[in-house]
Amino acid sequence: MSKRIRVLAAKPGLDGHDRGIKVVCAGLKDAGMEVIYTGLRQTPEAIVAAAMQEDVDVIALSTLSGAHNQHLPRVAQLLREKDAAHILLVAGGIVPPKDRVALREKGVKEIFGPGTTMTEIAEFIRNNVSLS
Amino acid sequence: MDQNKIKVEKARWAQSDPGLAKLSPRHTDWGDPVESLYTPADVQEQDYLEQLGFPGEHPFARGVYPSMYLGRPWTVRQYSGYDSPKDTNARFRYLLEQGQTGLSVAFDLPTQIGYDSDHPMSAGEVGKVGVPVDTLEDMEVIFEGLPLDKLSTSMTINAPSAIMLAMYVSIGKKQGLEPKVLRGTLQNDVLKEYTVRGTYIFPPKPSIRLVTDIFAYCSNNAPRFNTINVAGYHMREAGCSAVQEIAFAFSNAIAYIEAGLEAGLDIDKFAPRISWIFNTNNKIFEEVAKYRAARRIWAEMLRDRFGAKDPRSCMLRFHTQTSGASLTAQQPLNNVVRVAYQTLAAVLAGAQSIAACSYDEALSLPTEESVRTSLRTQQILREETGVTDTIDPMGGSYYLEALTNQLYARIKELMAEVQEMGGAVEAIEKGFVQKEIERRAYDIQKEVELGEQVVVGVNKYAIEEDEQEVLVESNPQAEQDQIQRLQALKSRRSQDKVDGALAALKQNAQGDGALMPVIIAAVEAYASLGEICGVLREVFGEYQPVRTI
Repeated sequence: MSKRIRVLAAKPGLDGHDRGIKVVCAGLKDAGMEVIYTGLRQTPEAIVAAAMQEDVDVIALSTLSGAHNQHLPRVAQLLREKDAAHILLVAGGIVPPKDRVALREKGVKEIFGPGTTMTEIAEFIRNNVSLS
Repeated sequence: MDQNKIKVEKARWAQSDPGLAKLSPRHTDWGDPVESLYTPADVQEQDYLEQLGFPGEHPFARGVYPSMYLGRPWTVRQYSGYDSPKDTNARFRYLLEQGQTGLSVAFDLPTQIGYDSDHPMSAGEVGKVGVPVDTLEDMEVIFEGLPLDKLSTSMTINAPSAIMLAMYVSIGKKQGLEPKVLRGTLQNDVLKEYTVRGTYIFPPKPSIRLVTDIFAYCSNNAPRFNTINVAGYHMREAGCSAVQEIAFAFSNAIAYIEAGLEAGLDIDKFAPRISWIFNTNNKIFEEVAKYRAARRIWAEMLRDRFGAKDPRSCMLRFHTQTSGASLTAQQPLNNVVRVAYQTLAAVLAGAQSIAACSYDEALSLPTEESVRTSLRTQQILREETGVTDTIDPMGGSYYLEALTNQLYARIKELMAEVQEMGGAVEAIEKGFVQKEIERRAYDIQKEVELGEQVVVGVNKYAIEEDEQEVLVESNPQAEQDQIQRLQALKSRRSQDKVDGALAALKQNAQGDGALMPVIIAAVEAYASLGEICGVLREVFGEYQPVRTI
């Protein structure tokens, strides 16, 4: 029997738009994953600490306020500093194509834009997660 | 007319074409079945004078003013504000030159959450979704050269509403204007921040105290200011139905009214300044019916439950914005069409003020061209289509009237359910409102993924398209510039004055003294928004969200 994938979903920064992340949480649960949602206004430090404590396989961040370049690379950097770079880091929201390229280079594995289905996100996670 | 004969004839007609019998069922946005055809039999119970009446008269179902658009067209009020106070001022001047008639200020997230631009939580967010306001100086720049007595200004701010009102009053003073001539609107609807919008600061009780404090200040000093803009908009954007949008917004309004009455205010002194923002979505007939039903429910409730005597207390005057969540990043020009249909519905419904979304909103900040197209969408409706030639032009459609009656009943049922829980605050603290909205958002997503709900260009008629590179980007220097401006101001101002004003604020907040006068004094001493909110955070505490997942 395979281990259930554990996901930490979080909203970094001050953005309050959480329809998307909550829908994704429900979708990933229906896809058989365990999902912990931190709620709004999380700092990168708090997100990484929660991820370590909960021993998750995936961090899923949602950002729609335009502050992605501030928060996403910081989460990736903290994961490396804590020897936790095996945790799959993905994000969703309004992120311009140019920024997506830069964020991938900085350690965000994938950024899902508007119109992405829950099925696509679950499939991506399954194909890319490394279970500890 | 013999209603029974109509029913018999309708049954016969329904069998007359084999195609009619085989139709798959269709449903309204809130889940009731839609008939293939409506007839006078569907509205036979309707009492025209009682339930619809005449525009400008109880129960206002057909419109809040006697002459509606024949007397004055709706206010064209596009939402804007970004990067810096200076850029925002330039955009406002442009919009006014282009024929816009009211301003609407978007604030950045740190401002909405009561943090200064140099607070650690503000990093990366300054000037992103609106303009940063740290001190009165920023508001002075935003409104430079704009005479406040010639304008009405809507401010999308909630938890720090009292501070923004204080700044607006202070700018008025500097222009030689008394508060009584100022016209504008504060959003000031904190309850929906807990459920969907997320820019809460304080717990419900002190938050509602701030709301009633503004009611009291404005009824005595700034009677032309709309003290609150109760919002269904954001709940709808978060996924709720048309019924839930109105029922939850009205339930929140009941909580504010009850607090106002408890604070000893006269209903007719503050209820006329309650205004609204709703969401006009894709289903044209349902949206028009929604507003007609809502106007009637509001009028009846204010008169019969709260004992309002002034007809203005019973008038549901609303601003509406088209639905941002209905727009797609795919084939963005399709959004021009969506926005136009939604704006049409708002006009057919008798909105007092309209913001039409920009077609590129799903991608980034709107370009000047897309903002102009939204403005022109409203102007074409107003000046070319003839939809304003008569009042409530869809009234009397069997379908529309049947929908209006159905919505009236459904909205009241859900409002009763919330009241049984103890009211809006209790329903929110139990997570009821949040869970209802979340469940429906998830259902919609599943329907879209299964293709049961069509989104043109996304799950149907999709094409291969290159990703659009973003045309408008926020200025990366804006955050640093803003922080420098704040720090320069702090070194210039009199710290003694600031300390004295903040101490007075703290004292009133700890007791039950009026807050607006001490907030105005703090603002005029150039205390920052973060400093003022800091004092209130210390006294009131911070809201801890309810976990629903």
